[in-house]
Amino acid sequence: MSTYLIGQKTCMNCKTLNPQLPLQPCRCILGEISNMAAHNFLWSLTKNCFTFGLIGLTVSDRYASIVPVRGSSMSPTFNPTTDSFMGSLSDDHVLMEKFCLQKYKFSHGDVIVFCSPSNHKEKHVKRIIGLPGDWIGTPMTNDVVKVPNGHCWVEGDNPSSSLDSRSFGPIPLGLVKGRVTHILWPPQRVRHVERKNHQKRHSPS
Amino acid sequence: MRRWGLLAKEALTQTLTFARFFCLFHVTNHYLWSPTLVFGPSMLPTLNLTGDVILAEYVSHRVGRLGPGDIVFVRSPVDPNKIVTKRIVGVEGDRVTYFKPRNGDSCHTVVVPKGHVWIQGDNLYASRDSRQFGPVPYGLIEGKAFFRVWPPNSFGSLG
Repeated sequence: MSTYLIGQKTCMNCKTLNPQLPLQPCRCILGEISNMAAHNFLWSLTKNCFTFGLIGLTVSDRYASIVPVRGSSMSPTFNPTTDSFMGSLSDDHVLMEKFCLQKYKFSHGDVIVFCSPSNHKEKHVKRIIGLPGDWIGTPMTNDVVKVPNGHCWVEGDNPSSSLDSRSFGPIPLGLVKGRVTHILWPPQRVRHVERKNHQKRHSPS
Repeated sequence: MRRWGLLAKEALTQTLTFARFFCLFHVTNHYLWSPTLVFGPSMLPTLNLTGDVILAEYVSHRVGRLGPGDIVFVRSPVDPNKIVTKRIVGVEGDRVTYFKPRNGDSCHTVVVPKGHVWIQGDNLYASRDSRQFGPVPYGLIEGKAFFRVWPPNSFGSLG
């Protein structure tokens, strides 16, 4: 919208005589521009927040995300000390990758995050001991269990305080939500999470 | 030199736009609704053998508003790469009575454990469901079917 022509002294927008034209824009336009600028700023801020939120959600769903580990069922791999003074600040935060969910291909000794079979809102972190077709020996009942198709047997590294497949049996692989690859917090414990094999507990089919 | 700078800026803008659309597409397809093709004999006569295009919604199972009678998409406990379509017959705590038509017509009753659901296909004679692999954990449910788009003569919402 042209508010002034070169040589004119009447503002085309508010139709008043303004001796400052055409060197400076009329005051009526300045008011409108500053309103528009504030409005634009808020709108672009909202759009940017929305965009980054969407991108963050997509990345954490498809590629990788960072999760805190609570409890000592995976000591000494995660949370080696029970530090109730610091609370959740001293929890290990780990990097969980989701590329393994493309084909649901796991190996023995992988540390995985899965939804609890008795409460889908809870997530647990345990290590895979048996894959489909493996025979797992349970010393508790002196029994040998075969892991069915599409399931896996998970156990915590700290058997004395771990609620795992020894209580609720093998879990379907569809419940797995990711695989833990690195510890990212606290800084002195940053490292790659290794695969550990329990040779005495399982025998491949 | 300036041309490379402009080119890089243009490439960045296009990449950001593409990323925005991709993320919107992902969030809609995983948190809102998406069309799916379902085929197979296990849900006859509700769903056709040759294939239907169904709209699946992903809100109900996240807020826990699923109950008996809903047609749901479930990641198979036998093969996690497959998603099957079945109907919820019982939720946790329900007592479900079922029979296996090919196994001597014997009748069994089971109580669905906590955190699990019992799913069955509408076509009991050609369906592999909870009667074979037991109750499935609620966490395996991926979505709920609520509308049929194709074929056009059965366009409409699904019971």
